[in-house]
Amino acid sequence: MTLTSSDLAAPAVVRAAGPAVRIAGASKRFGAGPLVLDDISLDVAQGEFVCLLGASGCGKSTLLNLVADLDVPSSGTVEVPGGSAALMFQEPALFPWLTAAQNVELALRLRGAGKKERRERARDLLGLVRLQDAVDKRPHELSGGMRQRVAMARALAQDSHVLLMDEPFAALDAITRDVLHEELVRIRQSQALTVVFVTHNVREAVRLGDRVVLLSSRPGRVAKEYDVRIDHPRRIESPEVARLSVEITGDLRDEIRRHGTAA
Amino acid sequence: MSSARMSNTTVRDDDLASLEAGLDALEAGPEERKDRGRRLLSAAWPPVVAIALLLGIWELAYRAGVKPTYALPSPADVGLQLVDQLRDGTLLEAMGVSLSRGGLGFLVALAIGTPLGLLIARVRPVRRGIGPLVSGLQSLPSVAWVPAAIIFFGIGNTAIYAVVLLGAVPSIANGMVSGIDQVPPLYSRVGRVLGARGWDTARFVLLPAALPGYVGGLRQGWAFSWRSLMAAELIVKSPELGTGLGQLLEEGRFLQDMSLVFAGILGILVVGIAVELLLFAPLERRVLRRRGLLLATR
Repeated sequence: MTLTSSDLAAPAVVRAAGPAVRIAGASKRFGAGPLVLDDISLDVAQGEFVCLLGASGCGKSTLLNLVADLDVPSSGTVEVPGGSAALMFQEPALFPWLTAAQNVELALRLRGAGKKERRERARDLLGLVRLQDAVDKRPHELSGGMRQRVAMARALAQDSHVLLMDEPFAALDAITRDVLHEELVRIRQSQALTVVFVTHNVREAVRLGDRVVLLSSRPGRVAKEYDVRIDHPRRIESPEVARLSVEITGDLRDEIRRHGTAA
Repeated sequence: MSSARMSNTTVRDDDLASLEAGLDALEAGPEERKDRGRRLLSAAWPPVVAIALLLGIWELAYRAGVKPTYALPSPADVGLQLVDQLRDGTLLEAMGVSLSRGGLGFLVALAIGTPLGLLIARVRPVRRGIGPLVSGLQSLPSVAWVPAAIIFFGIGNTAIYAVVLLGAVPSIANGMVSGIDQVPPLYSRVGRVLGARGWDTARFVLLPAALPGYVGGLRQGWAFSWRSLMAAELIVKSPELGTGLGQLLEEGRFLQDMSLVFAGILGILVVGIAVELLLFAPLERRVLRRRGLLLATR
């Protein structure tokens, strides 16, 4: 289920039966500490965009690490049937000694791509995030939004059909974030990506997701799920997005309130 | 599961592209430039004034007769002696001898210190075992090694190089260790996410990320090489060894020739400063600038 370089223009995601990500009864505990994730079961369909939403301590990032294979669950299973998943962090985490193109090329190189293929592919991917004019710039010469787009190109270079995003736009200003939302929706559509997007911003979740999964905190559990039946293109300020956001925010507040009374 | 439909977005796409281009242009900001000539000038006058002041005080002390002339010659005498030494080639030859020893010693120290630093940084038992020793060695003045080197190797070049290595290797190894220790953990995570394991992690992530600290260590390693070499040359002296700057100093002391001693000291300073300014400062600046760790205005 890996994509090859020729798939960039017209990605042919193999529509396998079954989910792109399968989490079955996954729990996580670090050492003898408290339970961080409690019996999470969640399937993400091929090409689906799922937003994981929750307050602090819901274990969102831990869950992503499990899917990204950076950590193993204490019990239960986490599977990415198509292979591996690409991960984007809140920080762009570009290597400052490499240019934008070289950062993308490194991902290709570590996958064993040849020199010529790397160069062409990196250019294509940076073109996809509309940074064709910044290929030879170093990270410190780019704005925060541009850096995060390079990070997106680097994640796409991993040729995983599943993209995991850990609050990738949280550190950006509102205008840039809005533009990147639109960019992400466009790219996700053109590349037929499956996306698991962690955020604590309710509107962002509704703006982007096909489905929003609300997690409770300490330990993280799936509290509630919402299908987002709003046509694209969506806008973060549109009344439909606002309406569902109000409902989810209400539930999220109830979740948070439980902790205050329990303590 | 998902029921949201994607509408055709070609027109909006162009819209987004222009919006994004505008945003990028606004955020990137104009590039800064500064007049090179003026920068040089503003950097040059403070040291010139400082040196002039120093010479003035020296001249005053000479005229006041603080010490007899053989112990405190006038700046002019030392200047003349320096010119003489330069003319008959003694000073330049001594500088050449010392510089080639220092350079060779430094290169060998580099070849030993780099892998040693890597081992200490990455292998826990090695770090526990010899890490404290290697950083402790840095505070040991290398002149302390000279007697041991002479007893072990006899009077000769081997003894000199041994002292240089004992002085420089710990600095270079420590630079490597601190360079690697300062690599943000996020970089290693990114490396793992991108599929780097083992040697690939070191080659593509750790080593390049550790470069600024490593270059700092090289710079210090050179300073230690040079100092250790002078300490060694001052003591390890024999006719067949050739005259380095340290040996020139010792000769000046033997002849009670203060002007020659001063000329030697100046030679040591000039070589030390020249290597620093021509090699290490530009190297470090380059590494830092490429990473945006150095502001353009400095």
